[in-house]
Amino acid sequence: MIEIRQLVKRYGAKTAVDGLDFTVESGVVTGFLGPNGAGKSTTMRLIVGLDAPTSGSATVNGARYVEHRAPLQEMGTLLEAKSVHPGRSAYAHLRALSLTCGIPGRRVDEVLDLAGLSEVAHKRVGGFSLGMGQRLGVATALLGDPEVIMLDEPVNGLDPEGVVWIRNLLTGLAAEGRTVLISSHLMGEMALTAKNLIIIGRGKLLADTTVARFTAESGLEKVTVVCSDPATLRAALLGPDVSVTGEQGSERLEVTGLPARAIGIAAAEQGVAVYELTPQTPSLEEAFMALTEELVEYHGAGRAERNESAEHAEQTDHAEAIGRTK
Amino acid sequence: MSTIAAVNAAASPTRSAAPRTYRVTWVGVLRSELSKFLSLRSSWITLGLAMLFVVGFGIISAVRYNPADPTGGHFGATAPNSAVAIALGGQNFAQLAVGVLGVLFMAGEYSTGMIRSTLTAVPKRLPVLWSKAGILAIVVFVVGTVAVVVAFLGGQSSLTDTKLALSLSSSGVPAALLGAGGYFALVAVIGVALGALIRSTAGSIAALVTVLMLLPVLTDILPGNLGNDVSPYLPSNAGPAMFDLTRDSATTLSPGAGAAVFAGWALLALGAAAYRLKRTDA
Repeated sequence: MIEIRQLVKRYGAKTAVDGLDFTVESGVVTGFLGPNGAGKSTTMRLIVGLDAPTSGSATVNGARYVEHRAPLQEMGTLLEAKSVHPGRSAYAHLRALSLTCGIPGRRVDEVLDLAGLSEVAHKRVGGFSLGMGQRLGVATALLGDPEVIMLDEPVNGLDPEGVVWIRNLLTGLAAEGRTVLISSHLMGEMALTAKNLIIIGRGKLLADTTVARFTAESGLEKVTVVCSDPATLRAALLGPDVSVTGEQGSERLEVTGLPARAIGIAAAEQGVAVYELTPQTPSLEEAFMALTEELVEYHGAGRAERNESAEHAEQTDHAEAIGRTK
Repeated sequence: MSTIAAVNAAASPTRSAAPRTYRVTWVGVLRSELSKFLSLRSSWITLGLAMLFVVGFGIISAVRYNPADPTGGHFGATAPNSAVAIALGGQNFAQLAVGVLGVLFMAGEYSTGMIRSTLTAVPKRLPVLWSKAGILAIVVFVVGTVAVVVAFLGGQSSLTDTKLALSLSSSGVPAALLGAGGYFALVAVIGVALGALIRSTAGSIAALVTVLMLLPVLTDILPGNLGNDVSPYLPSNAGPAMFDLTRDSATTLSPGAGAAVFAGWALLALGAAAYRLKRTDA
């Protein structure tokens, strides 16, 4: 279990992590999302003790990572940036790390095998492809057989087979009761792998939820209706929180703000024949974009000039809305 | 029971078969750093170069020594008992090699990103620095002393019957040869410390060259006798005093005092490195 309490990290004038507070539970895969520059990697560096927090705390299994007797056994870490000397072989790299706390040599062979690197174990890491480097990073994270696994962008550079491998690996680790925290920009992959979600933006917590709840409560759920009299149905459905769109001359309507059931009842009352009634759950990507589009730090020039305070107000609304529905 | 355990183990290949009693220990960190040192080609190349400089230059300068030349030839070895100085003809190059070895061992971790893995395994951090310095000090002391002894013995026959001649049993010679090994070891430690302080390989090597070779030039511009008073205590003078058998006691410290002062410099650098390693973000 990872517990983050009022965590703050400032680099000079810039606040990278701004009062984060969340818990990563064991037994499930937790996705850690946020736009570029949101503070994900910094948070991970703070958890593992590479950077010291300005204030607040981050604990792994009840104690600060630094305080554990065998840190590699408590938590395995893969950071986004390369953390290997290219002049060493994969085996020598893992062996050097394993020696610090007495992990036996056969465990090195085990994780090399697990990561599919046995054949290149004695090749210099400098010649590895991005995907092989990523596999070595995962092998390193599993070296101490840790209860907590924290991976920054593990899917980066993996081929399709590698992507499936890591998905099965992570869900398997969670099924064994371990704590798994992963960050990724690939929303489709995240939706397949993660159950819980932590979303941050500009160093602040935006959502602490589950994938299912997050997409359901995004406000983007739509119902597609194909019916005999779109104009009548449209008039019957419109209300303060309901929007209905459709093209002129088309029998098809897109309704947001009402469940399919309510639409069906309204149609029956109006005597409109319904040919098709399909609820559409938004993808994690759509829900994520809707939540974060206002605070993406590095997006195109035109939008960056928006009024700052308006942006902040919207951010708070989003965060509150999500907080309320928890 | 055992069947269930076996089934579980088979079902979860991610689980280690090893007993779960790990603990970070001093011996562990030392072994880890030693294996890191031995598993890099650059370690062997740099160490080999240092040995080559000492042995090669030492023997060549002994062979090239001409007793008839009143200036003492290229190395200016005119004083009696300069056989050790001749054997250390390659000291200038060798010290750079071992210093760079120290820099690469530490700053190389930062330039490659390895430091993140290292500090994740040993988040208390300081054992890493002590282990690196300790291992390098021992390795370089042994290799350096052997190289100097080989250079001394290899040049001995060329110097027989000259006023420079010395043997291993001559007074002060064993101490001077060990002193040279100790000097190289301390230079390597300073390299490690500079690497941890500056974190960039190029910057650390520049600092190393400044400390070992350029600092003496600066004392020349100090006013009055200040330069002369300060100069013996500079690392570049106190260090070589450790193996100087022909010293002028007015300008050079005794070998013991030189060793103490030079070790002091090394510890100072190491202390600063420890402070930076512990207190700043990696």
